[in-house]
Amino acid sequence: MQWIRPDIDINFVGMRFKAFVLSSLLILLSLAAMVWRGGLNLGVDFAGGTLVQIQFQRSTSPDEIRNALSDLGFAQSAIQQVGAASDNEYLIRTDLTTSELADLSRRVEESLGKAYGQGQATVRRAEMVGPKVGHDLRQKALFAIYYALLFIAVYVSGRFELKWATSGMMVGVLIIGVYLLEAMGMSVSYLIVGALVVTMGFCWVLKLPYALAAVLALVHDVLITVGIFAVTNKEFTLEILAALLTIVGYSLNDTIVVFDRIRENVRKVRKDEFKKLINDSINQTLSRTILTGGTTLLALVFLFLFGGTVIHDFAFAMIIGIVVGTYSSVFVASPLLIFYQDWAGGGAARPRKKPA
Amino acid sequence: MKNLKWRVVLVVVVLLGGLVYLTPTFTSTLPPWWSKVLPKEKIHLGLDLQGGMHLILEVDTDKAVENYADRVAEEMKETFRKERIPFTKVERTKKWDVVVQLAGAEAQTPLAKLVEKDYPVMKLVGAEGVAEGAMQVTLTLQDFQVNHIRKMSSSQALETIRNRVDQFGVTEPDIRPQGEDRILIQLPGVKDPQRAVALIGKTALLEFKLVAEDVTPQDVKEGKTPAGVKVFPMKHVDSKTGAVDMTQIALKDRTVLTGEALTTAEVRLDSQYSTPYVGLEFDSEGARIFERVTGENIKKRLAIVLDGTVYSAPVIQDKISGGKASITGSFTMEEARDLAIVLRAGALPAPVKILEQRTVGPSLGQDSIRKGLLASVLGGLVTIVFMVVYYRASGLIADLALILNIPLIMACLAAFGATLTLPGIAGIILSVGMAVDANVLIFERIREELRLGKTLRAALETGYSRATLTIFDSNITTLIAAVVLFQFGTGPVRGFAVTLTIGIVTSMFTAIVVTRIIFDYLLLQRRVRTVSI
Repeated sequence: MQWIRPDIDINFVGMRFKAFVLSSLLILLSLAAMVWRGGLNLGVDFAGGTLVQIQFQRSTSPDEIRNALSDLGFAQSAIQQVGAASDNEYLIRTDLTTSELADLSRRVEESLGKAYGQGQATVRRAEMVGPKVGHDLRQKALFAIYYALLFIAVYVSGRFELKWATSGMMVGVLIIGVYLLEAMGMSVSYLIVGALVVTMGFCWVLKLPYALAAVLALVHDVLITVGIFAVTNKEFTLEILAALLTIVGYSLNDTIVVFDRIRENVRKVRKDEFKKLINDSINQTLSRTILTGGTTLLALVFLFLFGGTVIHDFAFAMIIGIVVGTYSSVFVASPLLIFYQDWAGGGAARPRKKPA
Repeated sequence: MKNLKWRVVLVVVVLLGGLVYLTPTFTSTLPPWWSKVLPKEKIHLGLDLQGGMHLILEVDTDKAVENYADRVAEEMKETFRKERIPFTKVERTKKWDVVVQLAGAEAQTPLAKLVEKDYPVMKLVGAEGVAEGAMQVTLTLQDFQVNHIRKMSSSQALETIRNRVDQFGVTEPDIRPQGEDRILIQLPGVKDPQRAVALIGKTALLEFKLVAEDVTPQDVKEGKTPAGVKVFPMKHVDSKTGAVDMTQIALKDRTVLTGEALTTAEVRLDSQYSTPYVGLEFDSEGARIFERVTGENIKKRLAIVLDGTVYSAPVIQDKISGGKASITGSFTMEEARDLAIVLRAGALPAPVKILEQRTVGPSLGQDSIRKGLLASVLGGLVTIVFMVVYYRASGLIADLALILNIPLIMACLAAFGATLTLPGIAGIILSVGMAVDANVLIFERIREELRLGKTLRAALETGYSRATLTIFDSNITTLIAAVVLFQFGTGPVRGFAVTLTIGIVTSMFTAIVVTRIIFDYLLLQRRVRTVSI
């Protein structure tokens, strides 16, 4: 069976301006959503707070729960039903994190026991994260994403342009710089955003177009996925961060397959024009891109539908990430090489090859 | 030909190894000869799958340093008296500064000399005249000593908590330091998290102090307490109703004896009412002090203070020798047992604060496993069917690799002692996706080569060698993300990073090596001319 014909020749490169507009629009929307929401809806992992998951033996409503818990100071809490309606499961979240809340789950169970009858409500999960831990985790998360991108940049420049030394030095300088600025007490979020911009600048100046394209495409994927979390106001938790980093790895996977083909084709057909070469490479790998994206998506959809409450949002993030990542490896990463060549001039983006 | 044979041997060895590592997980009883030579580690389930409690505590090391400075200040008083340095006050003020008030300025030089000789842990930071002839000298703890005490108190707290948890009886607890002053505690399968928290977090500083008999309750109310006397809360429990009532009592500040002098603490039953209490025994030094103090203070009251609350203040009827005492206080059996545990394990050198606490009930864990497995099986099945439909016979070969992949991942988890978490199950599903990806890359390449008119064998050869390079490059980048994730993550996220990493490696093995062997076998041994692809 074959869905994508071998002689397929879609002019992806010709669509690069449209794709550029679409991507920019999506990123702007994501940023706007984040500003509009006043930042992400951070889960207790990152924001600190308390989360209790309760299963009831009969159907109930958030208001009823709120009433039952009124004397525990839960007026400000968010109560939300999770899972299937027949499960009668609810998540309760508050910002409180005092040490007296250590025995919160017992007190919640007691209060609910009074209102609903003994054994009618069971606490299935209780999480309390202090504000300090949340703050630390937020910083670590930003560093994790940044360092992942940085190491990937080295690998890409090394493998595709043999610029191990240049990119290695660039990363060394960046790591030391980031470390020093952090030690000087600079706000981590600004630091990471700044470092990302500087990294791009370095890639441009040091003529590392492949790393530049790959990293830009990844930032694109991460921003849009995070943006959709801002739009849907879903909670951003540790699991979602794990999903983001996996998306980074996965989307890059796609991009690398195309880059790899470009590298191979440059060796084979030297006379080809760069734009055509890239377009051919995308078309030649298109069948694989779609098949792999499709099967992974399929597995994730099952995870999303049947994986249970805890894994639900994780699968959601991954699904978005796979879709955006597949799009970006076709429409963003490779066309960026062309933009680079047009703007930087000359054949700088052509991979190194042995002299003929 | 020989080459093929060796590759088959390699795969068989890997699979057998996997089988050996998996066996303990899937059988409840291992034959004795097995446990002797072969691995007996089961796959660890994360707290999110088996239920349990995860705690992060912060040791208040500042408090430990302050306590130390308090003790130094007390000692200094003694030394100054001995060395005849005229002082009016020695007191710890903010943090670990110790302020000494001298009667005259001329005492400053001998004081400085004495500090240098006898208290190398302190240093002089300032001196000023405060009043006519009086002088105030400020000393502070040296930085090296502060750091030393911080480190000591962290490691001592860790040790103490480990002892308490061991005596509490949790299977496979995981207690380890995190950063400088944090302690990570994982207690799988804990039934009563509240009790565990109370047991772990209690400072359990036991002190014996004499009651200040000359201070009247009226004085206490008005806050008129003489120097050397401090007011403590006292707990009264009504033995019939169990109602708790707090009052105040004035005690002499000087501690007669602390819990450090204990050799053992155990639950005993009162013979008359059969209510539980905690019996204490002191070491010889403690017994001697106890005997002397009780002998000197007959008919006076001795208070038993635990973490700043007075539990009882019985009247000393007679000199007590033999070094035995008891704490009563209308405990339940459980409370008495836990109190005995914390007293035996010793006091924490400083209070601890709970920074993070997560509890997962066992039912949620089971639900998660069930749902995770269901999703995995469905996702896997659909992928398997898809591969056969799309690539026919070759798809079947890829599916075999896919199926081998899952036990291999599990075996690696068991072999490395890694923990399987819920996101970890998601990681396995994803690596199934990766395994498919590798085969899709290879098959698409082979199709391309076939289209160029190559024979099946030649197409296979180029297909594998070209695609292997791509697979390698693309998987390394995912590996980079996984390693960063591992560095960053805690608990479930770390579990995910581990399964993803293992999955990448095993899927490369099954997708490249195993499928190639099958193709080679078909083409070379069985002389098959065509394989549908």
